[in-house]
Amino acid sequence: MVELTGLPAVEAKNVTKTFGAGPDAVVALDNVSVTIQQNEFFTLLGPSGCGKTTLLRLIAGFELPTAGSILLEGQEVAHLPPFKRMVNTVFQSYALFPHLTVAENIGFGLKMLGRRRADRDAQIEKMLKLVKMEPMRNRKVHQLSGGQQQRVALARALAPHPKVLLLDEPLSALDLKLRKEMQIELKRLQHETGITFIFVTHDQEEALTMSDRIAVMSHGKILQIGTANEIYEHPVDRFVADFIGETNFIEAEVMQRIGNRGQIRLPSGIALARELDPIAPVGGKVTLAIRPERIDLVKPGADCQLAGKVENIVYFGTDTHFHIDLDTGGDVTVRVQNRRGFQEVLKQGDAVGLRIAPEAMQVLKD
Amino acid sequence: MRAAKGVDLRSQFGFHTIAIVCLVVLYFPLLILIVFSINANDIVAVFSGVSTRWYEKAFYNEEFHNAARNTLIIAVSATIGSTIFATLAAVATTRVAPWRGQNAVYMVINLPLMVPEIITAVATLSFFALLGRTLGFNFGIGNIILAHLVFCIPFAYMPIRARLESMDLTLEGAAADLYATPFKAFWHVTLPLLMPGISSGAALAFIVSFDDFTITQLVAGPGQTTLPLYIWAMIRRPMTPEINAISTILLGISILFILISFWIAQRRKAG
Amino acid sequence: MTTTELAAPDPGPAAPGPTPSTTLSAAQAASASREDKARISRWLLSAPALVTITIFGILPLIIIVIYSFLKAAPYGGVVWSPSIEAYVSFLFQQDIFTEELVFSPDFLQIYLRSFIFAVGTTLLCLVLGFPTAYFMATRPPRQRNWWVLLITIPFWSNLLVRTLAIMFIIRDEGLLNNILIGLKIIDQPITILYTDFAIVLGLFYSFLPFMVLPLYASLEKLDFRLVEAGYDLYASRPKVLFRIIIPLSKPGIIAGCLLVFIPALGAYVTPLILGGGRHMMIGDLIAQQFGSGRNWPLGAAQALILMSAVLVALFFYVRATTGKVKHGQG
Repeated sequence: MVELTGLPAVEAKNVTKTFGAGPDAVVALDNVSVTIQQNEFFTLLGPSGCGKTTLLRLIAGFELPTAGSILLEGQEVAHLPPFKRMVNTVFQSYALFPHLTVAENIGFGLKMLGRRRADRDAQIEKMLKLVKMEPMRNRKVHQLSGGQQQRVALARALAPHPKVLLLDEPLSALDLKLRKEMQIELKRLQHETGITFIFVTHDQEEALTMSDRIAVMSHGKILQIGTANEIYEHPVDRFVADFIGETNFIEAEVMQRIGNRGQIRLPSGIALARELDPIAPVGGKVTLAIRPERIDLVKPGADCQLAGKVENIVYFGTDTHFHIDLDTGGDVTVRVQNRRGFQEVLKQGDAVGLRIAPEAMQVLKD
Repeated sequence: MRAAKGVDLRSQFGFHTIAIVCLVVLYFPLLILIVFSINANDIVAVFSGVSTRWYEKAFYNEEFHNAARNTLIIAVSATIGSTIFATLAAVATTRVAPWRGQNAVYMVINLPLMVPEIITAVATLSFFALLGRTLGFNFGIGNIILAHLVFCIPFAYMPIRARLESMDLTLEGAAADLYATPFKAFWHVTLPLLMPGISSGAALAFIVSFDDFTITQLVAGPGQTTLPLYIWAMIRRPMTPEINAISTILLGISILFILISFWIAQRRKAG
Repeated sequence: MTTTELAAPDPGPAAPGPTPSTTLSAAQAASASREDKARISRWLLSAPALVTITIFGILPLIIIVIYSFLKAAPYGGVVWSPSIEAYVSFLFQQDIFTEELVFSPDFLQIYLRSFIFAVGTTLLCLVLGFPTAYFMATRPPRQRNWWVLLITIPFWSNLLVRTLAIMFIIRDEGLLNNILIGLKIIDQPITILYTDFAIVLGLFYSFLPFMVLPLYASLEKLDFRLVEAGYDLYASRPKVLFRIIIPLSKPGIIAGCLLVFIPALGAYVTPLILGGGRHMMIGDLIAQQFGSGRNWPLGAAQALILMSAVLVALFFYVRATTGKVKHGQG
């Protein structure tokens, strides 16, 4: 177990990373700050090119920051090369050494650290057991399946017992079934070793199911940091709302505001009282994000916030997606579980009412 | 699959025959050379039974021994030197972000391949003559080794560089991540993975040094006879099948190294 | 960040904890020193190869450039006084009696002969090499490897020994004449050795693999669906060959031709053994000038004229291959 010093495992302070120079310079990270606690499963989530891998590489030491500092348990490491940081990486391509056996791969870090052979062998055995690869110890890497290589890569990175384990989209090369297994496996390993995991992925589902906290990134910036629930239920802006799960966006007008509370009006004319974080002036527009599963379909004319016509119905097995053309313009998607209910009788072209709980309407920053 | 239908659309009329003719043209003279090396007769052109006497004669021939010794000293030194130099240069010029001067390095390394051998030969001769006359430097057989080093480096460099380029860059990153210093990463990861390229390069360097005639002939001083020079000397005397025997030995050694290099390349493709 | 931040002076050792500006400069200093180290190590690693080739490969070339502008010493070597005598005597000879310069085409003729031989050799190699390379490229992969090996062996084999093998066959008392006499087709041996024909035959034999391998490398990458498309559009076999396959393999053809032409133009061993010193090419002409008691500056000038011919060929090669990238097929 890692002894908890009370310091954050990793701290990035105002980190900027620019590639190239002059007019061709690309800003990969733009003044990013983040604090990752010890023993946390922390995920960097975002589309490709958002800077998540760059941040990981900066923590690992493969890149040096253009500006800012990176602290590992309170100690500045930004200037240290990778081999002087107690941080290990699980690479996207695994990067297992093809000329070494499974056991030699796992023992590589310990050997480089100059550990005694007996200690090394004991630790290798422990790791083989941890990832359930004992029978494979003398195999060469190319004799392993993708999932097995993944386990060896994990064992190799965990063997020196790093302060932080960095995982760079480690599951992206696996097929769906194996990926699900490895997700559970990773959670178990993190729990058993007590090592801080920093996990990079572009797969929002992976992020939601595995992480203690998630940082959503886009264009070199962190947009939101929070638990899976916070990020899903209370996205701060349009990008986060759109990137995590499916979302409907509806524009509303600010009618009046007192402090950070105010009244907004939906396009259908219905007024709601909401907390208004952003500085939207009275008469200005705000965007509401509504998850498709938080909308109920009701008979037209019943108590509802919006109304429209069924434009399209797509059956998904567990649920059905209704695409509704709103009477006030625009369209929304509604996801309804396939149980007995009103939706069974709906067909294309029918008029419907949309009932939305007020707390399901999240006011976005922009 | 297409063969089952009886027509191969890709085939062209007569190409098969020409290809076979090519092989016959390339190998027939060598075959004749070898056959006459086991000729019992004194006269090269008349075959009168199988015998190994010419090999035995070569085996006890003092001049042949000296030539073989010189050749080996030169080829082995040039191979070791050029392979080490080429490996270092390949590491510096491959898979790093393009750096200023990199193109110049490529050009310098490949230059010996672009200059006709005879020009290199007379230039090197002039150089060592000048060196000897003005500064009194003469490295003896070392002169030949240095001349060979120059053209062996590009031959050794090519396969090493090709191997490096096909190598996964993240492997060294992974080594660094696992606490290997740059030197340890090179020693424990890069070098073992580079071995096929290095041995292939060394084999090529050995062949080109071992076989060189033109440059050696012009640079070599008295008593610095190598095997190709010895064969040349034999051509100008009344010929016996001993020249066939010695030529066959040379050919055999070249082919051995070609096979080694080829085999390494094949294994690399397979694994 | 601003330049003032960058120029911020380093705080003393007592500075409490890293402030943003100090860490900034620390990171940048680390970055710069890592760059510096990488640059130094790159040059250090390249140095042995570079120094060796520069001193023992490039410096000698510079020396013969200098030699070509010096006067010949009576017993080989040079006299250190500038002169363009070497270049003049490449084209003119001094009349012994009148001391007048008379145009003398002797050397030019040898250059022309060598050029014709090299072109002829290249064409011969192409005519035989292209079908062979094409045939190899259309074999199943396993067979291809064997073919490549069979062409690779003569490619790397000893040139002297291979030339010798040809000599054994075409000598007056060689295999060919013996067979012909034995079959009573002729009763006197035909003289082939020490003729121009022998030289071209030897050059062709020597450099045939140099044509086949680059051609094969290019044809192996040929997209044979294009050939099928050609047949689909009613092209006949010869039309497919000349309109599709040959144009597509142009880079390989150029590379192969160059790989034969350049060494054939500067050939030394082949005319030495098969020309018997009577039928000279540029290569042995140059070597001859460097014998003792000969004219080194003249030899140097001759070498440089050959080098310029090679550079012209390389220039056309570079132009032809970079053109390929412009209207590339991929």
